[in-house]
Amino acid sequence: MGLEAIRLGGVEKSFGAVHALAGVDLRVAAGECLGLVGHNGAGKSTLMHILAGTLSPDKGEILLGGRQHETNWSVNVARANGIRCVFQELSLCPNLTVAENVRIVHGNLQGFGWKKRSHDLACAKLDEIFPGHGINANDAISDLAIGKRQMAEIARAFTVTDIPLRLVILDEPTSSLDAVTAQQLLAFVRTQVAKGTSVILISHLLGDILGTCDRIVVMKDGKAIAERPAKGFDRQSLVAAMGTDLTEKKSTVAKSAEAKSAAPIAVRAKPKTADQSGELIAHQGEIIGLAGLSGHGQTRMLLQIYAKAEVEVTAPLAFIAGDRQSDGIFNLWSIAENVTVRSLRALKKHGLISSDAEDGLAAEWKKRMGIRTPDIHNNILTLSGGNQQKALFARALGSEAKIILMDDPMRGVDIGTKLEVYEMIAQEARAGRTFIWYTTEMEELQYCDRAYVFRNGAISATLSREDLTEEKILHASFAESSAA
Amino acid sequence: MSRSLLRSLLPIISLMVVLGATFYVQPRTMSYFGLNLMLQYAVPIALATIAQMFVITVNDLDLSIGPFVGLVGCISATLLYTNPLFGTLVLLLCIAAYAAVGALIHSRNLPSIVVTLGLSFVWVGIAVLILPSPGGKAPDWLKSIMGLQTPLVPLPIIAAIVIGLLVQLALMHSSLGVIARGAGGNPRAMERAGWSMLKTKSIMYALAGFFGLLSGLSLLGLTTSADAHVADRYTLYSIAGVILGGGEFIGGRVSPLGAVIGALTLALAGSFLIFLKISPDWQIGAQGAILILVLALKAPLTTRDVSQ
Repeated sequence: MGLEAIRLGGVEKSFGAVHALAGVDLRVAAGECLGLVGHNGAGKSTLMHILAGTLSPDKGEILLGGRQHETNWSVNVARANGIRCVFQELSLCPNLTVAENVRIVHGNLQGFGWKKRSHDLACAKLDEIFPGHGINANDAISDLAIGKRQMAEIARAFTVTDIPLRLVILDEPTSSLDAVTAQQLLAFVRTQVAKGTSVILISHLLGDILGTCDRIVVMKDGKAIAERPAKGFDRQSLVAAMGTDLTEKKSTVAKSAEAKSAAPIAVRAKPKTADQSGELIAHQGEIIGLAGLSGHGQTRMLLQIYAKAEVEVTAPLAFIAGDRQSDGIFNLWSIAENVTVRSLRALKKHGLISSDAEDGLAAEWKKRMGIRTPDIHNNILTLSGGNQQKALFARALGSEAKIILMDDPMRGVDIGTKLEVYEMIAQEARAGRTFIWYTTEMEELQYCDRAYVFRNGAISATLSREDLTEEKILHASFAESSAA
Repeated sequence: MSRSLLRSLLPIISLMVVLGATFYVQPRTMSYFGLNLMLQYAVPIALATIAQMFVITVNDLDLSIGPFVGLVGCISATLLYTNPLFGTLVLLLCIAAYAAVGALIHSRNLPSIVVTLGLSFVWVGIAVLILPSPGGKAPDWLKSIMGLQTPLVPLPIIAAIVIGLLVQLALMHSSLGVIARGAGGNPRAMERAGWSMLKTKSIMYALAGFFGLLSGLSLLGLTTSADAHVADRYTLYSIAGVILGGGEFIGGRVSPLGAVIGALTLALAGSFLIFLKISPDWQIGAQGAILILVLALKAPLTTRDVSQ
């Protein structure tokens, strides 16, 4: 390997109880394209945020060109050293034009004539990467289609004014690009690498990774577990490296698959997010998993079912949010109020809400879910995160709903709580409730009767219980290449 | 394309419609003197609207701008009149207070509506302490500036155009204005690009304070004596002016020229209703109706952002 562009040594990062990065060593040579692959929660994006300076590591060192940098690692230090990042969720200001967005990342684009310089810079880079792009640098971002926005952001990352580029990190850069522009980008990455800039490419398109990168690092559970030149991998071995040892974990949940598939249909839906897609069918009493890489349409599927948009639903629905803070809890309310809000209609007496009935329901579910609190009238925020999540489960399960939609509800929940809730779900399913469960964790799929794997908004595979192996899920989650 | 053009023309069309209606009802207003009289209070309203616009640019709302304008009037009619140096110092302190409020709202992640609503009572309280009953005297230089007889075109129109163009240039065309609008468009992206949101918000609030100050001074120049409650309505006017002028509550989409035009429209609508001999009791309601009408026209023209 040639000169070193950047090196991470023993980098660790935790969010509460979750160890996102558990000691990562990563070395990127100058003029190298490094591929980074891994399943959900492997730590790819945390690592990327640390490189970009938007997160600072709890432990470990960052070396630039073999030297320890002097000051605290931050966005501005990273930028001053020529590190740029294209985030998966775009970081453009929609109210500004393409040229103005370029100005934001260059402190020295100011003074007289900055608009023209910024405009020319944007146009030149767009022309270089995406010939025939059809973007006017004076267009506001909000007027551009999503694919063009992504092109604008990629081009912006490669613009240079005073600081030479050291490293550009591309996180799923082709997710909204069509086949032609994706190929243009990958070709550009190769020319850029030849000029000495380093690129880190994160993608679920394994063909792109294999075809573009010099070296591939596989991440799992916050560690870099495999690292080889790209030639040393093929699709099979890459998928195998991402998974665990393929010895199957046997689920403890009793199965009665045949009996369940004979039960009447509870939900029949087809994702609106793709033109061609398989169909999702859930029978009464089934636990259905939605798998695949996060952000590929699973949450939108749940919302579509909840909205009953072109979906056949035979029973009342309840939704358990994964993002507790923004979609789940009412911050100012008590635990009891948070639990009962879904059931207020059933708690009415003479047209008013009966507080006795409310307390009764809350107390019952406090006991059944094992919510740890001395008093259900305490504010919801007095609970730990896991117990708040239990309260959300109690809200759904305590209601009359027969179909429960779950949007990755176990995010950041401790393992003890998880096991309690899994048991609860299995119990309720035996009692005839249907669960549709989006999860980013492989182990949780073991509790499902059937899983649908999502890719680019479509159902790319339907896996019955016997087929539910990590390998098969990974295969269905990662597509061949953007041209495919 | 034509839709966005229509949207940007809507403020000027509304102004023309109200102006036309006023001329139709009261043809005598179609003169230098008539326009001057009708529009003179548009200057402080326009300045307060610009102040509000700076706060709206960073996705906040200032419910204290009206009382703040009143407070500035009270300070200027007493402290600034008797002791110009001390008065100036106090007024600068007011701007610093605004910047501090912006910093507080950002760093503690507080809802701006609640904080500024609370502050509005603080401003009124201080104003009443300084000037318990209406009175005081405007400094002479202020009166002479506001009473200036410009040739051909009345002062309020020139002032509105100058204010609008200057702020338009600073916010829409300067490289720092981009940062300010970006902070409203996608604060996270700005932080990822290494800009301090704390600094941006403090500066925008300070600018709001500065223009609130100008508004208070110009209003005092017209009324010549102060009253703590004289500008209470400005809070609503300023918000309405920004929105009438094509701005949006969130997303950093504002238009300084539009905001000034919106302020002029609101000021004219007041005169128009007087000419229609609508009793003052009904005027606020009627102004509200005009506002709803224009906003209803704007709604179908607003292209929905395909945000992901």
